[in-house]
Amino acid sequence: MAKNKIRIEMPKQSAESRSKNFEEVALGYTEEMALLEAERCLECKDPVCIEGCPVNVQIPSFIKYIKEKKYAEAAAKIKETNSLPSVCGRVCPQEEQCEAKCILSKAGKPVAIGRLERFAGDFALDEKTRTCAVKFKAGKNSVAVVGSGPGGLTCAADLAIKGYDVTIYEALHEAGGVLVYGIPEFRLPKSIVKAEVEYLKSIGVKFQMNVVIGKTMSLHDLFDEGFKAVYLGLGAGLPKFMNLPGENLLSIYSANEYLTRTNLMKAYKFPEYDTPIKKGNKVAVIGGGNVAMDAVRSALRYGANQAMIIYRRSKEELPARKEEIENAEEEGVKFHFLVNPLEFIGDDDGFVKHIKLQKMELGEPDSSGRRKPVPIKGSEFLFDVDVVVVAIGQTANPVLLEVTPEIKTNKWGNIEIFNEYGQTSMKGVFAGGDIVTGEATVIQAMGAGKKSAEGIDLFIKSL
Amino acid sequence: MTLIIEKETHARNIHKFVIKSPLIARHAKPGQFVVIRAFEKSERIPITICDKDAKNGTITLYIQEVGASTARIAGLKEGENFLDIAGPLGRPAHITKVGKVITIGGGVGSAITYPETKAYKESGNYVISIMGFRSKDHVILEDEMKVVSDEAYITTDDGSYKEKGFVTDKLREIIKRGDKIDEVLVIGPAIMMKVVSDITKEHKIKTIASLNSIMVDGTGMCGACRVEVGGKTKFACVDGPEFDAHQVDFDLLLKRIAMYADEEKESYEKITGKDKDGKE
Repeated sequence: MAKNKIRIEMPKQSAESRSKNFEEVALGYTEEMALLEAERCLECKDPVCIEGCPVNVQIPSFIKYIKEKKYAEAAAKIKETNSLPSVCGRVCPQEEQCEAKCILSKAGKPVAIGRLERFAGDFALDEKTRTCAVKFKAGKNSVAVVGSGPGGLTCAADLAIKGYDVTIYEALHEAGGVLVYGIPEFRLPKSIVKAEVEYLKSIGVKFQMNVVIGKTMSLHDLFDEGFKAVYLGLGAGLPKFMNLPGENLLSIYSANEYLTRTNLMKAYKFPEYDTPIKKGNKVAVIGGGNVAMDAVRSALRYGANQAMIIYRRSKEELPARKEEIENAEEEGVKFHFLVNPLEFIGDDDGFVKHIKLQKMELGEPDSSGRRKPVPIKGSEFLFDVDVVVVAIGQTANPVLLEVTPEIKTNKWGNIEIFNEYGQTSMKGVFAGGDIVTGEATVIQAMGAGKKSAEGIDLFIKSL
Repeated sequence: MTLIIEKETHARNIHKFVIKSPLIARHAKPGQFVVIRAFEKSERIPITICDKDAKNGTITLYIQEVGASTARIAGLKEGENFLDIAGPLGRPAHITKVGKVITIGGGVGSAITYPETKAYKESGNYVISIMGFRSKDHVILEDEMKVVSDEAYITTDDGSYKEKGFVTDKLREIIKRGDKIDEVLVIGPAIMMKVVSDITKEHKIKTIASLNSIMVDGTGMCGACRVEVGGKTKFACVDGPEFDAHQVDFDLLLKRIAMYADEEKESYEKITGKDKDGKE
């Protein structure tokens, strides 16, 4: 058979239909598509794609298994280094990582590694096809992981595979952290997260939900219970606001609240589910990152006539993934560039009605290398809205750290680490992900969790 | 899963639950709250802890039926479970010996003033408690509060029990009789806290209020509970729930807690088949 030279597209729901439902947009490869795409992998002797992966997935090896129709083995190969293939296949920015390194990307058509990872991961999701990367035996040394987001799950899985008895403590009622409260169903179905969590349980990881470490138990309590080490994957759990007049008017949400109501609490199924949300006709989302795209696309699905992004720079500087921006555009999201909010104005009952916006122009590049937006004097105007979502990022959540002075933090409240393994200033306590770096991606948090798992292993062996 | 050891319906629409939760019982302090999601489809709702028994690993909660999720909770019986409960959340109350203290509870808010009244008493204060209810049917914690108060008063809006009138009438009366009051604690409906705060501000009496904001996660993650205190935005869940009442923007709080009034009515009627006044 001649080698396929065309990068196989993944089928999606049409923009018309998907903008009206919360079901997954991208439908995944069929077996036939996966086989055609897998053929394109050149099986380089020195595979540079692996260097692009923060968790070192053995990319050519798993793709080779797909070529041989050994899908369970493909999944097992990925899971040697990445416990969440179905998650990563969906939400990793492959275009900046593995696929950017792929030899074929020079011609603009890298192997669709993410889509193949998703295919293999999904194959091994249910119990019958689930595969264990490694035979494990529950060890006598136990480790506590605080937070069940992508970093915590990865750290826990790696430690379980290394033979530790691992317990994950989660503050919310569902495991997955940002994967369940933040990323919407239409990008990452919650059934996928659940299945990945089930896989972790199958390799012996225990989950304790509704435990807020710092409140329900302290870090010292964990050591008293016999844990030898603790990993803190707390996430960046405190939404930023702009401190503008009127920002506490009704129907102004942080992206965290808007997405948590939607994804964790299922407000899109109200009144079947009890948690409500203000749907709105004119919904303005302030910010230009992936979270802003998730919020504005959710607003469309709630039935907004106008779902809009308000961004103070231009399209070039949007920090969101290109794929998400394109999806949003196709679905009918309106983008307003080079405008910045100054004030929110409400009605007598306190609901937001207008945003006062100021026009901006781009000046010299700032420290981030992006051109800095500069206000244009006298350009203020009023903009009608009935729901606003503030998606300008988050800072470190203080709940655990304010009662644990042993752990040093920097001026932004993020945990300071002292080596590549995420060692904190407290003995036996490691940290990684957004609580250390500030907001980053799912895969970066996973990379940090993986590194800390190595560090914790070394630490316990040295005791 | 959290087992319900004891349930009593104390007053109309107010239910007392004693539940098994050893970790929360071990760490809970007066003023702190729990977040409950009683069923799969329920909201996460904050409920302040009324009492705890660390030895037996139980906590006591008073829950008023006000919306869909609390209506579902009202149907739970002894031996059944709350699906999820997390806590103790929020900052504990800062209770020290200051002298003479008045604690004011409105309706189910009295379930929260109770542990703090007890703590004020145990700290060596002279404690006057005032509890206000709509009518005789709504009275809770009367005997318990007597034990921990030097003076205990009850008012009812309709005069069907004890003194007719509002808690604010009683407060004015006590201030008028010339006692030097060092601190006031007020917990109840936002409008009541606002009126009490206005009175004590006039008399320059330090006053603490526990704010009943809408919350989702209860750990600082979402900002649903934001309030303005001294012109600054605070999160009631992690910065509170207790604040200096004289600094609180109660008008904003009143608006924010009514944000979902229409949606709450819709889902409550769907669950119970009746409106909030109990009409079919």
